[in-house]
Amino acid sequence: MNNTTAVSFEAVCRYFGEVKAVDKVSLSVKDGEFFSMLGPSGSGKTTCLRLIAGFDRPTAGHILLYGQDVSSLPPYERDVNTVFQDYALFPHMTVGENIAYGLMIKKVPKPERQKRVDEMLDLVRLPGLAHRKPGQLSGGQRQRVALARALINNPKVLLLDEPLGALDLKLRQQMQIELKTIQKRVGITFIYVTHDQEEALTMSDRIAVFNLGNVEQVGTPTDIYEHPTTLFAAGFVGVSNLIHGELAQRITGERKSFSIRPEKIRLASVNETPDSDTYSTIGTVRDVIYLGIFTRYLVDLDGGGDLVVVQQNLETTSMDVLSAKGQRVRLIWSCDHIRYLEA
Amino acid sequence: MLKRLSTYLYLRPRLVLLLLLGPPMFYMLVVYLGSLFALLINSFFYLDGYTGKVVHQFTLQTYAELLHTSNLEIIFRTVNMAVAVTLADALIAFPLAYYMAKHASSQMKTWLYIAVTLPLWSSYLVRVYAWKLILAKEGILSWFVNLLGLNGVLSSLLNIPGIGGSSLSLSPIGMFIVFSYIWLPYMILPIQTALERVPRSYLEASGDLGARPSTTFRFVTLPLAFPGVVAGSIFTFSLTLGDFIVPLSLGNSRFFIGQAVYSHQGTSGNIPLAAAFTVGPVVIMIIYLLFARKLGAFNAL
Repeated sequence: MNNTTAVSFEAVCRYFGEVKAVDKVSLSVKDGEFFSMLGPSGSGKTTCLRLIAGFDRPTAGHILLYGQDVSSLPPYERDVNTVFQDYALFPHMTVGENIAYGLMIKKVPKPERQKRVDEMLDLVRLPGLAHRKPGQLSGGQRQRVALARALINNPKVLLLDEPLGALDLKLRQQMQIELKTIQKRVGITFIYVTHDQEEALTMSDRIAVFNLGNVEQVGTPTDIYEHPTTLFAAGFVGVSNLIHGELAQRITGERKSFSIRPEKIRLASVNETPDSDTYSTIGTVRDVIYLGIFTRYLVDLDGGGDLVVVQQNLETTSMDVLSAKGQRVRLIWSCDHIRYLEA
Repeated sequence: MLKRLSTYLYLRPRLVLLLLLGPPMFYMLVVYLGSLFALLINSFFYLDGYTGKVVHQFTLQTYAELLHTSNLEIIFRTVNMAVAVTLADALIAFPLAYYMAKHASSQMKTWLYIAVTLPLWSSYLVRVYAWKLILAKEGILSWFVNLLGLNGVLSSLLNIPGIGGSSLSLSPIGMFIVFSYIWLPYMILPIQTALERVPRSYLEASGDLGARPSTTFRFVTLPLAFPGVVAGSIFTFSLTLGDFIVPLSLGNSRFFIGQAVYSHQGTSGNIPLAAAFTVGPVVIMIIYLLFARKLGAFNAL
C-alpha cells in the first residue's frame, strides 16, 4: 500500500427522483487497499459501487480513477471490474469461456488466453473445471469463477458487490479469508460492498460506514469498532448500548450521549464498591441468553432504560448463568471504554 | 367429504397426475397424433385416375407425384416465402421485444402488450381483406407512395420478375407484407419472454469486462435470446407454410402448399396428394428444428 489515490469521490450525488440514494459523498480509496463500504440496504453503498463501475452516472460531482475523471465514461472504457452479487456468469458459456471473456474482447490470442485461464483457475483453487458449465457448479464455485473472470483482466480496481451474500456461514467465513489472501497476492485495490459488519471487520484495511446516502465514518476496523464517532456507526457496527439524556447524566454526570460495548461491561454483586476510574449503575437481570461461548444479559436499570451485557463463560456453566435471571446486579465499566457521540 | 377426498388424493400423487394429465394426453395422443397418423397413412394411398376413387393400398406413387416439377415448385415457393417472412419478422420483432423486456416501464410494457396483441382480437380474415384494400392498385399505400413521389420505385419493384405483379395486392411482395404483418405478434412475444429472462447483470457484466454494446449483443444478448427467436420462427415459419387464405386473397395465380392441399382435398378429391402435401411441411419443420438444435438454439434452455 502507498499513498496513491485509487478512487476518489468528489461531492458525488445520485438522485432517483426525490430519493437521494447518494448525497454529496466525498471519500478516497488508496491504491492497494481493501476498502469496504458497509451499511444497511438502501444506504447508498451499492449505488456508489455502480457509479464506480459506470453502470450509473452521478447526478452531480466527480469520480476519479487514479486522477482521471471517469464520471461520464461507459463501463467498457473503465479499468475496473466487478464481481456481481448474483455472479452474472454467462450460462451459455463454459467456465473457461466465462473467465476468458475479457481477454476474448481484447482479442488476446487463444493459447495465451488458455494459459491465463489456467492460472486464474489455480488462483481461485478450481483447477480443471474449465469445461464445466456454470449451472453445474455450486454457489461457492460460481463465486470463485466470477472472481477469476474479473481478476483475469488485471483491473486497477476490483469491485465486489456483496459477493458472499448467498453462501452459507462456514463457506462465507472461509471465503472471507481467501478473498483477503488473494487480494494481498494480486495487490489490486478491492472495494467491497457489504451489509455484514463482521465481514467488513474481518477483511478490510479501511471501512466506510454508509447511512441514508451519506458516509457516517471512514476508518480502520479497530477505529470504527473502538471509536465510533456517530450514533449510527456505534449502533450498526457491532452491538452497542447507546445512552442518552437523563440516563447519561445520572451515570456520568454529564448530559452527553455515549456508547458502551456490551463486552466491556462487568456484572458484579450489588454490594461491590466500584473503583474511581469506572462508571457503574444498578439494575435487575430481565433476561439471560446462553450462547455457548458467552452469555448475553439484558439488564433493566433502576432509573429506567436497559443495557445489554455480554460475559464470556470462563468458569460459569449454563446452570449458573440461567439462575441469574431476576437477580439484582451492579454493572461496572471503565471510563476509558465509553465513546461520546455526535448526534 | 371434501376433506376426505383431498386426503385421499394427497396420499396418491400418481392418481392426481393421471387426473391432471389424462384429458390433455388423451387429446394429444388420440385426437392430435392420431389424426396426424391418419394423414400419414392416407399419403401412402393413391387416387385412381379412371374411377376417381382413393385406392387403399400401400404405394409411393403419390409421393412420386409430389416430386413432379410443378408440385416441387409449389413447395419451394412456399418455403421461400416462409423463410423470407420469418427473417423479416425476426428483424422487426427483436428491437421492439428488446425495448419491452429491458427498457419499458411496467406501465409502458402493459400498453405495448396490448398493442402487440390487439390485432389478434379481430378476425384474421378481416385483417387480410383490409390489407387487400390497402395494397390495391388504387389503395391507400399507392396513394401514399404517389404523395411521396416514389411511384417509380414502386413500379420498378413490381417489375421484378418472380416477386412482382400488376399491383401490390396481386404480387408475392404484397403477400410477403401481409404474412409478415399477420404473424408478427407470434415472433415478438417469444423473443420478449426470452429477453425477459436475461438478467440485466449479464449485460452489465459484459460491458464491465470491456465489451461495447454491439459486442455484448453478439456474445451475450443474442445467444441467450436465440431460443426465443427459434420459438417465434417456428410459429411464423409453420403458419406461413400452411396458410391458404393469404395466397388465395392476394398474390397471383401461383399456388402455395396450403392452396394445393385445399384444392386437392376439395375440388379434385385427391385426399392422398393433399395428405402428401401436408406431410411436406411436417418434414420441413423437423429438418428445421434439427438444424436449429445444431445451431445451439436450445443450449441455453
